Amino acid sequence: MTEPLLAIRNLSVGLPAGSDRPFAVEDLSLTLEKGEILCVVGETGSGKSLSAFATMGLLPTNLPKPTGEVVFEGRNLLALPPSERRKLAGSRLAMIFQEPAAVLNPVYRIGEQVGETFQLHTGLSKAEIREKVTALFREVRLPNPEEILRAYPHQLSGGQCQRVMIATALALEPAILIADEPTTALDVTTQAQILRLMLDLRENRDTGILFITHDFGVVAEIADRVAVMRHGRLVEIGPAEQVLNHPQADYTRELLAAVPKLDPHASREGLGEPVLEARGIRKIFRGQGFLGKKRVVNAVDQVDVTLRRGETLGLVGESGSGKSTLAQCVIRLIDPDDGAITIAGGNFGGLKGNALREARRRVQIVFQDPYTALDPRQSVGDAIAEGPVIHGKKKSEAMTTARNLLAAVGLEPSAADRFPHEFSGGQRQRICIARALALEPQLLIADESVSALDVSVQAQILDLLADMQKRHQFGMLFITHDLRVASRICDRIAVMRQGKIVEEGEPARLFVDPQQDYTKELLAAVPGRDWQHVARAENG
Amino acid sequence: MLRFWSIKVLRTVLTLWFVVTFTFVVLRTSGDPMMALLSPDALPDEIEQFRRQWGLDQPLFVQYLRYVGQMFTGNFGESLRTHQPVIEIILDRLPATLLLGLLSFALAAIIGIPAGVVAAVRRGGAVDRLLMALAVFGFAVPNFFLGICLILLFSLMLQVLPSSGTGTFWHLIMPVLTLGTATAGTLARFTRSAMLEQLEKPYMRAAMAKGVPAWKRIYLHAFPNAAIPIVTVIGLNLGQLIAGSIVVETVFAWPGIGRLLVSAVSSRDLAVVQGLVLVIAFTMVMANLIVDLVYGLLDPRIRGGAR
Repeated sequence: MTEPLLAIRNLSVGLPAGSDRPFAVEDLSLTLEKGEILCVVGETGSGKSLSAFATMGLLPTNLPKPTGEVVFEGRNLLALPPSERRKLAGSRLAMIFQEPAAVLNPVYRIGEQVGETFQLHTGLSKAEIREKVTALFREVRLPNPEEILRAYPHQLSGGQCQRVMIATALALEPAILIADEPTTALDVTTQAQILRLMLDLRENRDTGILFITHDFGVVAEIADRVAVMRHGRLVEIGPAEQVLNHPQADYTRELLAAVPKLDPHASREGLGEPVLEARGIRKIFRGQGFLGKKRVVNAVDQVDVTLRRGETLGLVGESGSGKSTLAQCVIRLIDPDDGAITIAGGNFGGLKGNALREARRRVQIVFQDPYTALDPRQSVGDAIAEGPVIHGKKKSEAMTTARNLLAAVGLEPSAADRFPHEFSGGQRQRICIARALALEPQLLIADESVSALDVSVQAQILDLLADMQKRHQFGMLFITHDLRVASRICDRIAVMRQGKIVEEGEPARLFVDPQQDYTKELLAAVPGRDWQHVARAENG
Repeated sequence: MLRFWSIKVLRTVLTLWFVVTFTFVVLRTSGDPMMALLSPDALPDEIEQFRRQWGLDQPLFVQYLRYVGQMFTGNFGESLRTHQPVIEIILDRLPATLLLGLLSFALAAIIGIPAGVVAAVRRGGAVDRLLMALAVFGFAVPNFFLGICLILLFSLMLQVLPSSGTGTFWHLIMPVLTLGTATAGTLARFTRSAMLEQLEKPYMRAAMAKGVPAWKRIYLHAFPNAAIPIVTVIGLNLGQLIAGSIVVETVFAWPGIGRLLVSAVSSRDLAVVQGLVLVIAFTMVMANLIVDLVYGLLDPRIRGGAR
């Protein structure tokens, strides 16, 4: 039997004293073969990223030295001196990361950063390096390689940055590529292209790819084998087909069950009167673009939106499509250049000063990142009661409401006296929802409110939102880039692109029979569609 | 890029104009300038003659225009005591202060910045704690106290350095040390926190994954990014260069701007004081401009956005 390309044996990574558990990774053993894509899946805190860092020698210095073995080409990487390891990093083992824009150094040109790998590991001249880098950019299908060489990271899109990172990783034809959630921060269509690139790499270069992700759709799309991790331990490992369709471990089954299906939710009938009517909303941003050129962006371009009581309207689209700007215009967090807004029958667009402040009570918003959306120095109860108090409620009454709301969103009423850092991400999002509902809004905006959450938590928050809507009958504008999530909760979906709504309809119609090419493209880019169809056919 | 630079320069000119106008307004609202020039028991005829001579009989607007014109051509009037032109008095003293200020500043940067970098890299270790203790000591000890201690030690006890005056290299050592210590401490602390922030950034991990050696990661990747906040602190300190020299120049009898300011204030030589206020404001504004321009050089994001 031949040696595997990479063998991780009994790897353990300790956590500093005082952490909630002694090990981040515990007794992990797995192998990676040549020309194989092994997906490591798990939720936040499963230890999947730290296992990768241990393999690459990138563990934070505050962690104790990992124990066990990581064997590559006959040598245990964990036992190598730092200088030897450095020679392998970037040349034989390469890595790409989650936030492509943040992993590029902001003060250097792209060409210099990609070229650095060649400078470090080869004796090539500047001109030769330049040629190699340009060729790499072509291979990862970056447009205008010459221009990108001279650009700075902030001038590129997230997808372009990730391609640059992949080009850097491929520079010296590594035997192993470790990819840590490389598509999580990207749009679906960009994600689809990057995944395609991964498959090409396995095909053309026989690279072994360790692909870390939390997204089962992605797994279904590219994995040869799947390893499921939880709390630092390996739960299950096996061929993709087996793990996805016939999981052995209960935890895997739970995770798979929580993955939202691209399964159109039946739209509700007999909804109430409109709570939001926006007509001809327009917002233009002016700024300076690439190379100092003047740039005018029609962020929102003559958009009409109507939303009824108790209805959920999904706004889907890729980054830069204008969905968040539209929502912010509707609730006047930014002022639209043009357009009329009516909320609950009253004019909202033209209000100023006190009248606007008073009317704001009727619209509330739940943001994407529950970690930054709460003031860390304000107790949860105060955070929820603050709005009602500002709008004239007595403090004691507002606190009672806050406790009731906490119970309603599934937390202990005593949580009111605690502070945000004592709660997990999912719990914090519940608090944010309670805070938004405290003012009894008629319109709730959920701006990517479940995007930062693990799938199992995501499912709970979606259920909570639906349940709260049933009780309070608010209209909900649900912004998301995730079509699966949209299909699960929305009565109607509006697809946005370049500031315009290109198509709108009930999910049952939109997903089955999309009219516009762009909608078709978006649907086609959703990873792992076929797997869910197969799984449903087998299980149902 | 050109746009970025011209906006910054325009803003600087605007700020200077504002400072000049502000001094004019303050001088005119703080009382009749004649009363400051002449003794309280001057005769009305004398006052009237002076008024004409100084152009104070003209409408306020004309006075203002004349004043602004004079300021921008470097004419700050003449000293009420020595009747020398103020600009000459200031230019005569400026080199000594600049020499002291810039040398102490260079010393502070050479010691403070590397110390901050080392402390950040060795975060939490003994070296870090020692360096930070020294840094706190550096900016916690008042200038005059440190100066007096140095004089006691090197001039009185060891008798190796001159206690005051100027002329030789040896005269420079103690004032430069005194002035540089506090700045070095401040710079070390700011450099440390700026470096710590950068060392945690994802691009540092990416550099490690490329196989970049540790020292290169620190000096080529983290430091240029950390330099951006450090430059802010450098700018603030550079602006204080003249104002900060007052105490040290007094302690070491250094014939610079600082001492001039002290003597002008105590002898109520308003023309000189006014000239010095403008010079100090000018250095602050110029330090700001330099910082802004350096930002542009360091950070491509600022350069492109012209913010």
